[in-house]
Amino acid sequence: MDHAIEVRNISKSYGSVVALDNVDLDVQRGSVMGLLGPNGAGKTTLVRILTTLLRPSSGSATVLGYDVVRHARHLRSYIGLAGQSAAVDDLLTGRENIHMAGRLYHMPKRQVQKRAQELLEQFDLVDAADRSVKGYSGGMRRRLDLAASLVANPPMIFLDEPTTGLDPRSRLELWDVIRNLVSEGTTVLLTTQYLEEADQLADEITVIDLGKVIAQGTADELKHQAGSEFIEITVRDVEDIRRAASVLENFAENNECDIDEEARKTSIMVQDGASIMVQVVRSLDTEDIAVANMAVRQPTLDDVFLALTGRTAEEAATESEQEQN
Amino acid sequence: MIQPAQLQDRSPLGELVSAIAVEARWIIADTAVMSWRNLLRYRRSPELLMFSTLSPVMFVLLFNYVFGGAIPTGDLNYIDYLMPGILVQTTIFSATTTGVGLAEDLQKGMVDRYRSLPMARSAVLGGRVVAETLVSLFVAFLMLGVGLIIGMRFHGGFWPGFSLPFMVAGFAFGFSWIAAFVGASVRNAEGAGSLMFFVVFPLTFLSSAFVPIESMPGWLQWFAYVNPVTNAVDFGRALSQGGPIVANAWPTALWTLGMTFVIGPVAVWRYRKV
Amino acid sequence: MNLPQAVNGWRPEPPAPSTPVREAIGSVLYEFRWIIADTAMLTWRMLMHYRRNPEMLLSTIFGPLMFLFLFTYVFGGAIGRSTEINYIDYLLPGVLIQNNIFTVMQTGIGLADDMQKGFVDRYRSLPMARSAVIGGRVVATTVIAFFSAIWTIGIAVVIGMRFHGGFWPGLSLPFVVALFCFGFAWISALVGVSVRDTQTASSITFFVAIPLTFLSSTFVPIETMPGWLQAFAGVNPITQVVNLSRNLAQGGPIAVYALPTFLWTVFFVFGIGSLATWRYKRIS
Repeated sequence: MDHAIEVRNISKSYGSVVALDNVDLDVQRGSVMGLLGPNGAGKTTLVRILTTLLRPSSGSATVLGYDVVRHARHLRSYIGLAGQSAAVDDLLTGRENIHMAGRLYHMPKRQVQKRAQELLEQFDLVDAADRSVKGYSGGMRRRLDLAASLVANPPMIFLDEPTTGLDPRSRLELWDVIRNLVSEGTTVLLTTQYLEEADQLADEITVIDLGKVIAQGTADELKHQAGSEFIEITVRDVEDIRRAASVLENFAENNECDIDEEARKTSIMVQDGASIMVQVVRSLDTEDIAVANMAVRQPTLDDVFLALTGRTAEEAATESEQEQN
Repeated sequence: MIQPAQLQDRSPLGELVSAIAVEARWIIADTAVMSWRNLLRYRRSPELLMFSTLSPVMFVLLFNYVFGGAIPTGDLNYIDYLMPGILVQTTIFSATTTGVGLAEDLQKGMVDRYRSLPMARSAVLGGRVVAETLVSLFVAFLMLGVGLIIGMRFHGGFWPGFSLPFMVAGFAFGFSWIAAFVGASVRNAEGAGSLMFFVVFPLTFLSSAFVPIESMPGWLQWFAYVNPVTNAVDFGRALSQGGPIVANAWPTALWTLGMTFVIGPVAVWRYRKV
Repeated sequence: MNLPQAVNGWRPEPPAPSTPVREAIGSVLYEFRWIIADTAMLTWRMLMHYRRNPEMLLSTIFGPLMFLFLFTYVFGGAIGRSTEINYIDYLLPGVLIQNNIFTVMQTGIGLADDMQKGFVDRYRSLPMARSAVIGGRVVATTVIAFFSAIWTIGIAVVIGMRFHGGFWPGLSLPFVVALFCFGFAWISALVGVSVRDTQTASSITFFVAIPLTFLSSTFVPIETMPGWLQAFAGVNPITQVVNLSRNLAQGGPIAVYALPTFLWTVFFVFGIGSLATWRYKRIS
């Protein structure tokens, strides 16, 4: 048995609102599973079920071999949860927050103290360790929240939108922390609405929309589903853009060409970016079109979401918000 | 499109007069807009509305029924004695909202936006003061209504009695400027709130509002006599229950004018300096 | 079943042993031990809040003094004529109860805050005893109420209050106050877990606690109130505990008030308390 998580036919509904609809999910031990979807897709509901906070309406799930309903009590000793709202106490110091979490995991005092010091060092919080959390930055709070959820060395950790609302630098720092965690063998289930984040961190990605799993696979596999690579050309003079587009069109696999006049950018979808790029450059040269920038771009997960659902992640989020209202 | 007002060539005197007229017109218009905004808060926050209406009514009932039987007030029924006092006390407390709200605006940077608009600067303070005064007037009528239901009667004639809530709101209007001054100086809602509380609590209770001053210990009587709240309460009592009106009116009028025309400009000045 | 392995270092205890009887006994003991330990942990958290938050501390220190001074000096002269004993002697037990009811009402506001901020999710994902989340707050506010009572008694003695009911009854005063407030804290806890919003919790607190404490023998003798109010004030549990406290400090019949106070407290702790815990467990 090397699945850390096995979810079978889990559904959850609140009255007539269906939050999860027959979800199946397997997560390999020691891997990172990215649960990707817009706001309101049902990611948080799934995490709450797997962390024993919520009972499913039907279906079953095991985490580390424990049933999330029947063995909830034991399971809680082996999991860590870092939620959307960093659940750290403002009036306690960083060290005290970790200490409290450790004691509530029922760890012996001395071990908690040792472990707290380790975590503070690992998460670069030593200088702030004995100051009250009130003065922490958003990034520090998230790191502390994560540290507190790791105090008992849980083999399985759930991160519910760990970087939502963080500035880019803090986000990169937190990503490093998560990567370190994985290298030590912890299984991670991470939810995110940032497509880039799942791409960066997850071994496997499950795309979830309106309570249903709509795609599963590695980032590369998902990108292949979205199709191919993109060639993007930015012209120097906006007047050239139509001509450039007509040149590019000849190379496009679907004979379509996107034009963004404001950005002076035009792009096409191709199978083999690098070799076609050479030909594109030659043709543009003969047409005497001055180019400001050119690039072969891998499809992003935004493209994936668009290909899977026919709408962008942003549109999906607005939709489900309207539905909830 | 909106055209900004054209500057016209005029004689210096004419220019000055028209400038003052334009200025005054906008101060009034802008103050009205800001008052409206502040009143809307009450409609949008049922919490606020409940606290500013339900709790005054609750205190009228509590004081009358719980303490009324135990506090001797000479010839007057306790409810007759109590009403002017509790009206002044409540409206002064509600006037402190002016300062707390202003401090909150300053804290949140709301004021920066107002200051970037071509509006009259005094309107931000004025709007709050006017709004709170209107709320005070409403609350005063509400409390009087409850008072009448539970047995309060006017013994000083119709017009003096009718003017009681207006007089109370007028005094609260003056007091709002002190609150505005505190708000503009402290610029932190919590700080302004607790500072106001520690000023207003003793001021309203160490007065003739709830018990006759003669029943207090000597050293307190001295404070209660010079306390402007005592003046206002005695004036209110004279209006509603009969008694010398003029003798009680002038100290209250002086205090109100003083707070409005001395503290008011200082508050506006502090606010401009932010 | 394969036990999951912690990555390094500490490992949680394995599941309890397997025969039904041993399991039952074991789990009760296990439960009990951790309920105490976890409650202690969360009590510590709350007490740290008081230490670190000067505003909370100041209002706990000055709140009772304000009432004490206001009623002694401002109202005392007028109300004092209706009491048989010195007004400050009459007043002190009432102020103790009234203020500390407000102190323990923080329980519910704090719980609502925990829910709003997502703390409760973290707690519920931990292997801790669930009742400790409420228990910790209840115990902490009770501890504060106890010390606040002692502090207020001290100040009252300085400004002229005297005990006339003997040493032991007088000494028991802060304990009785704290015990009753402990019970009352569970009502507040029930409010907190039911509304889950600090604003609502504090307005309910305000509009319940003010009438309840005023419509009692806290500040004035019930006999001075109108008849219909006397009926309410007579059965108000606050009146029972205030009269008990007053007679402990000043002498007078004790058992007649001790019994209802005790029964109310038991009802608050076990009746309201289990309702609050049940509601908390059902949160999803």
